[in-house]
Amino acid sequence: MLDLLGALVLVAGTVFLLLGGLGLYRMPDTFNRIQAGTKTTTLGTLLTLAGVALLEPAWTLKLLLIGLFLLFTNPLSSQVLARAAHRTRVAQTHEVQVDRLADDTGETA
Amino acid sequence: MVEVLITVAGVIAGAAFLLALFRFVKGPRAVDRVIAFDVLTIIAITGMVLVALVEGRVIYLDVALVYALLSFLGVIVIARYLEGAS
Amino acid sequence: MGRVRNSAELFATLLLFWILLNGTLAPGTLAVGAAAAIAIVLFYTDGLSFLSHFQPVPRSFTASILFVFYFLRELVRSNIALARIVLSPELPIKPGIVKVRTKLKSPMGRLLLANSITLTPGTLSVELTGEWLYVHWVTVDATDNEGATAKIVAGFERYLEVMYG
Repeated sequence: MLDLLGALVLVAGTVFLLLGGLGLYRMPDTFNRIQAGTKTTTLGTLLTLAGVALLEPAWTLKLLLIGLFLLFTNPLSSQVLARAAHRTRVAQTHEVQVDRLADDTGETA
Repeated sequence: MVEVLITVAGVIAGAAFLLALFRFVKGPRAVDRVIAFDVLTIIAITGMVLVALVEGRVIYLDVALVYALLSFLGVIVIARYLEGAS
Repeated sequence: MGRVRNSAELFATLLLFWILLNGTLAPGTLAVGAAAAIAIVLFYTDGLSFLSHFQPVPRSFTASILFVFYFLRELVRSNIALARIVLSPELPIKPGIVKVRTKLKSPMGRLLLANSITLTPGTLSVELTGEWLYVHWVTVDATDNEGATAKIVAGFERYLEVMYG
């Protein structure tokens, strides 16, 4: 029973990874792609790890460590990439509403 | 049933990998490729964990952890480089 | 006092990491980990850790637990919101970069806030300068600084304020 639950959680995790891939494919500009990539992969991986932990309870500690590590590094690398993208003035989609950062640093959006 | 579901998970992760790979190839900017690379890495980590599960070998989890560490550092370094290059 | 506390916190964090990595409390393994942790602490006394500036009062621990649950809920919500956008044919986005202000003073509190913002519905931290954060938002609901702050920051700050001040 626990095995079945674990396997289902595992599949749910990979579904989020797939949604992330789809977002990466469909989103119109760099920032939106980062958004799609970082959120889905974080939850997707956490669920996958949780699923494996349910299937192999003895591995829980190590899986927890991988999960904690990704929980910290994933958003950090996204942030660093977003900053790099903005500093190198990557083009944004024409739908963009407002860009306070460009306003403040004197760039033209 | 459980084996089937694990296979399904592997297939879905593979499809996600292909979508991210498309973005990696297409770009158009270097930043887009790095983002795709970041996502590919994380999907690869999930793949390693799945392999560990199927093969029943805990050592692959250590591989996944070290890979996560190195790719994180790699992405940070590349992002720094891109900022400097502008 | 600050230096001693920093070192102790760094030591505890490193040792915990080591124990999780090894998955055992065997005396031999523990001794090696402790030795390595002491060596690192001696090199980096000014390191930043989870516990830097953490306020060790009971209220903080309650806030930490609530924070984790709130965070996980927001993470799930953000994924559902994103799935909805990605799966709808017309891709309903309204992106922009807004500016928000944080009341948090400690670097660790700010780091946790920025990370949390990145993982919650539609928002991504782009740049941090002092008390100002620039946040990319997939569906901009408020373009003024106060409105955006209320919508993006307030939820997390409620807990982080108690934890880190």
